[in-house]
Amino acid sequence: MTRLLWTPALLLAALLVLPLVGLTAHTTPAELLAALAQPSTRAALSLTAVTSTVAVLGVIVGGTPLAWWLSRARGRRAAMVQLLVELPVVLPPAVLGVALLETFGRLGLLGPALGAVGLSLPFTPVAVVLAQGLVAAPLYVLTASAAFRAVDDDLVVVARTLGASPTRAWLTVALPTAAAGLAAGVGLAWARALGEFGATLMFAGNLPGRTQTLTLAIFQALEGDLGQARAISLLLVAVAVVLLGVIRLLGGGARR
Amino acid sequence: MRLDLDLSVSHGAFSLELSLELAGGPVALVGPNGAGKTALLRLLAGAQRPDQGRVVTDEQVLVDTEAGIWTPPEARRVGYLPQGSVLFGHLRVVDNVAYGLSGPERRARAHAALATHGLAHLAQRRPRGLSGGEAQQVALVRALVTEPRLLLLDEPTASLDVAVRRHTRSALLPVLVDPTRLAVVVTHDVRDLVAWQPHIVALEGGRVVAQGELATLAVAPPTPFLAELLEPLQR
Repeated sequence: MTRLLWTPALLLAALLVLPLVGLTAHTTPAELLAALAQPSTRAALSLTAVTSTVAVLGVIVGGTPLAWWLSRARGRRAAMVQLLVELPVVLPPAVLGVALLETFGRLGLLGPALGAVGLSLPFTPVAVVLAQGLVAAPLYVLTASAAFRAVDDDLVVVARTLGASPTRAWLTVALPTAAAGLAAGVGLAWARALGEFGATLMFAGNLPGRTQTLTLAIFQALEGDLGQARAISLLLVAVAVVLLGVIRLLGGGARR
Repeated sequence: MRLDLDLSVSHGAFSLELSLELAGGPVALVGPNGAGKTALLRLLAGAQRPDQGRVVTDEQVLVDTEAGIWTPPEARRVGYLPQGSVLFGHLRVVDNVAYGLSGPERRARAHAALATHGLAHLAQRRPRGLSGGEAQQVALVRALVTEPRLLLLDEPTASLDVAVRRHTRSALLPVLVDPTRLAVVVTHDVRDLVAWQPHIVALEGGRVVAQGELATLAVAPPTPFLAELLEPLQR
C-alpha cells in the first residue's frame, strides 16, 4: 500500500483504538474493584444479567424456527419477512423506544387490553427484556438463517429416508449441523442485549434496582461518579471481548 | 422389485414428464446436465412432490395425486445417496450408520455392518477426516443397514480418484444387482454401464428419449447424447 492509503487507514485505526486506551488510562485496579462493589453497580449488574439472559433465551426459542423458515422460504413473502427482521438493526434505538411505548404503553395499541388484565409493562423489568429482545432478535435471526442456509437440503432428505420424522431430522441433523453458526448468533445477540440503551431508557426508564441496566448506570454515573462510569464501562468491554472471542472461535470451527 | 411411475412436475422453466415401468436389475439414468436425473431421484426419495401422477412399487403406493396418497420419505424404505459427501458431520462414522437403526442394539449392529463391509477401522472417525471414497462407502453402508427396497444413487463414482473409482465400481456391482431391491443410479461414465450392465434410461429435457440394454443402444445409439456417451464402445 502507498502512503496515500496508509494515512487514512491509520487515522481510522487510531479512532477505533484510542477511546479504549483512554478508558483504561485513568483507572487503577483498586478503583475498579471499589466501583464494582457499590450496591448500585451490583444491582445494575444482576438486573442486566437476568434481563439479557431472559431476552436472549426468548430470542432463541422464537428466532430459531423463524430463521429456519427464512433459510428455506422463497418469494415475495419471505423477502418481506426478511426485511422486517432486518429493520430494527438500522432503526435508531430511540425510534424503537417510542414504538414500544406506542404499542405496550398505557395508551398504546395493546395498553388497554393489557390494562384490562391488570398488566402495565412500561417502567418494569419486563419492559427491559422486551427492549433488549427487540434489538437482539434481528442479529440472532439473521446469523442463524445464514447458518441454516449452509445446511445441505440433501442432508435432511437423507435423514428422512433413514426413518426420521421431519421434526427428528431437524433436531438431530439440521440443528447440530448449524450449531456453530447458531452459537455465534447467540453471542452477537447477547452482546447487543447487554449494550441496549436508548429503547430501554424510553420504554423502561432508568429506575435504580428496577430497570437500571449497566449502560443506564453508566449514564447516571456520568453526572456524579465518573470512576463508577469508567469501571462499568471496562466491565462491559471485558464481556464484549470475551463474547467476540467466542464468536471468532465458533466461526473458525464452522469454516473447518 | 418393480417400480411403475407416471408423473409430471414443473418448476419454473423446468418440467419433468415421465412414464416408466422398471423391474428387476439395476437401472441407470443417463443424460445431459439438466435432463432431470437428480430431480427424478429426489421425487422417488420423497424430497419433492410431483404436481400430478402416480408412483407405485409392488409393495407400496409412494404417490398417487388423484387418490391423495403421499408416503413420506421415512415410510418409503428407500436408500438415498445424493451427490457429494452427505454424512452427518457432527456424528462419528458408527453413529452415522446407526442413525437409521432403532433399539438398544443399534450401535452394535452399526459396528457389525461396518465390519462386514471392511470399514471397521473407520468406526470412531469423524466424517471430516475421511477421504471421498471412504465417505461414499460409509454413506452406502448407512443406507443399506435400513434394508431399503429402492436404492437411489446419484453419480456414486464421480468425484472419486481414478483408482478409487474402479474399486467403487466393482464393489457396487453386488449391491446393485441384489434382487431384493431395485437400484436406480445416475451416471455419466460409460465404464459404469459396462461394469453394471443396467437397464439404461436416457433422459433429456425432463422426458425419456430412449431406453434399453447397453448392447442394443451401443450398436445404434438413438440420440446424439447416447452416441457421444457410448462412443468409446464403438472403437
